[in-house]
Amino acid sequence: MYVAVKGGERAIDNAHRLLAEARRGDPATPELSLDQIDQQLALAVDRVMTEGSVYDRELAALAVKQARGDLIEAIFLLRAYRTTLPRLAVTCPVDTARMSVRRRISATFKDLPGGQVLGPTFDYTHRLLDFSLAAGGGVEPVDTPPGAPTAPTATPKVASLLASEGLIEADDADPAAGPAGDLTRQPLTFPAGREVRLQNLARGDEGFLLSLAYSTQRGYGRSHPFAGEIRMGEVAIEIVPPELGFPVEIGEITLSECEMVNQFKGSRTEPPQFTRGYGLSFGEAERKAMAMALVDRSLRAAELGEEATAPAQDGEFVLMHSDNVEASGFLQHLKLPHYVDFQAELVMVRQMRHDAMAAAEPGDG
Amino acid sequence: MAEAATPVLDGYNFAYLDEQTKRMIRRALLKAIAVPGYQVPFASREMPLPFGWGTGGIQVTASIIGRDDTLKVIDQGADDTTNAVSIRRFFARTAGVATTTRTPEATVIQTRHRIPETPLAAGQIIVYQVPIPEPLRWLEARETETRRMHGLADYGVMHVKLYEDIAQHGRIATGYDYPVQVAGRYIMAPSPIPKFDNPKMDRSPALQLFGAGREKRIYAIPPHTPVKSLDFEDHPFAVERWTRRCGLCGAGDSYLDEVVLDDAGGRMFVCSDTDYCAGRRADGHTGEDAGE
Repeated sequence: MYVAVKGGERAIDNAHRLLAEARRGDPATPELSLDQIDQQLALAVDRVMTEGSVYDRELAALAVKQARGDLIEAIFLLRAYRTTLPRLAVTCPVDTARMSVRRRISATFKDLPGGQVLGPTFDYTHRLLDFSLAAGGGVEPVDTPPGAPTAPTATPKVASLLASEGLIEADDADPAAGPAGDLTRQPLTFPAGREVRLQNLARGDEGFLLSLAYSTQRGYGRSHPFAGEIRMGEVAIEIVPPELGFPVEIGEITLSECEMVNQFKGSRTEPPQFTRGYGLSFGEAERKAMAMALVDRSLRAAELGEEATAPAQDGEFVLMHSDNVEASGFLQHLKLPHYVDFQAELVMVRQMRHDAMAAAEPGDG
Repeated sequence: MAEAATPVLDGYNFAYLDEQTKRMIRRALLKAIAVPGYQVPFASREMPLPFGWGTGGIQVTASIIGRDDTLKVIDQGADDTTNAVSIRRFFARTAGVATTTRTPEATVIQTRHRIPETPLAAGQIIVYQVPIPEPLRWLEARETETRRMHGLADYGVMHVKLYEDIAQHGRIATGYDYPVQVAGRYIMAPSPIPKFDNPKMDRSPALQLFGAGREKRIYAIPPHTPVKSLDFEDHPFAVERWTRRCGLCGAGDSYLDEVVLDDAGGRMFVCSDTDYCAGRRADGHTGEDAGE
């Protein structure tokens, strides 16, 4: 009569086989290669690397393929792999002023040293579905415009132009602060330092940060931002091997960086000046970097003596809920059996209904 | 029956985690055992299983398990629920340890939502998977605030909540994850076990460890520690009772799952602890729905 919920093991095996089949799709369609994903779905790879906290295009492409294009699942795959990796060295801080810039725009100055470089952007494209792509149309090669820089030259930061006049707060590292914290090695505690907040935001879900940043623009913790500078390009990665004692370049990575310039009316101790919000992401993830910069600035409310009233200004709220690997796991754990707890609820609700009805029953007399 | 050890997955350390991480977790465990019921923050790792699916318990088990251990994994009291199967497999693959479904044979029992009916013995370790380690979370959302409340043993808000339950519903309206006080000090979330299981925690000869991976907390109850379910003198703590017995083994002392048989109100009740139920049937006990 009673059919026990047996055979979980076989069911799991079968589910995995079905998943593998569904992932591959029709075998008559050629299989995606990692190179194709890396190059033609490059922004998916960039997002997975950013939120997965690993700069490795091949692994990220593999994760995208294995996850069937589900980027949050791909981020989870990459993160789970990341925890098994040994730490060989810590790099020197990257110098984004020495970035070999492929894109660089400022919304605060019409022209500035280094110029405005649009680069490969969706901005100003008309969002019309291009049916020639469906037909597999080729692409014209781009000629390098005359006068374009052939070798990377240092492009000064917009913020440093403002800083020379004292119009913007300094961003020197606090000498009193110890080494930067690492969320993947120490649990998050509150109040969190800015470097830990930035690490959390860099790993945080793009959609969550986008919505939070948007909420500040609509008045929930308004921060009067200007896109001081957005730049994307390649920066050198250097380490100092202990046996050498001087920095050695070991490679380069692509970064997107956003420095927001925000209004600040001043406080009892600080004169009116502009303040900063900072965003950084791997690859071309400009929307993420911009959202991060707005949220970073919002989370500085307490430090700048502003009243924190909005969700985006609430460190505990933002930092505890930004991680999509945590959020996705906990949300989806609702699929696990809960029949023991549900039984406890059933017993209680029945008892309470029984009590309530007994109390409501009219007496005999 | 215990299943023999299996060959270990290539390319991964014993029980998956690297030894430095295990050491970090064991330090947190020692602290937790030294301060019963206190939530120790630890640097929880991303595991190859999702957060919310037992990563805290898995990290604790991975840090304490040795080659000679015999592991039992249950979810909802059962050894054959899909997530229990998945976690048991994970350790069979990464640690190659022997696994069992028999409670007395296990040296380490990882559980979600139940404590086995068979009383645990000295020398056994039970590892609970914990979703929300903070018993005050539904009363105060902020971690900064709840840590302060624990520090000062400022638990008035919890007693007010229980009192309001009685005032409104005539009883304390909590069926699972029913809060306890450990060794007369910290109020602790027992994880979402039914309150039916709460008395089993009290002065248990086994070591009880709790791991919350996503929330990055570890806590513990050392053997023989008093664990009291919160109540009032005039509203003493009481566990669930059923008017029915287990349909398979006839047990009247175990936690029962309700199984819907048809769409005409047909129900049967069976032990949630599958090992306990199977053991009773092997001893010749039968329930009224057995047979056929």
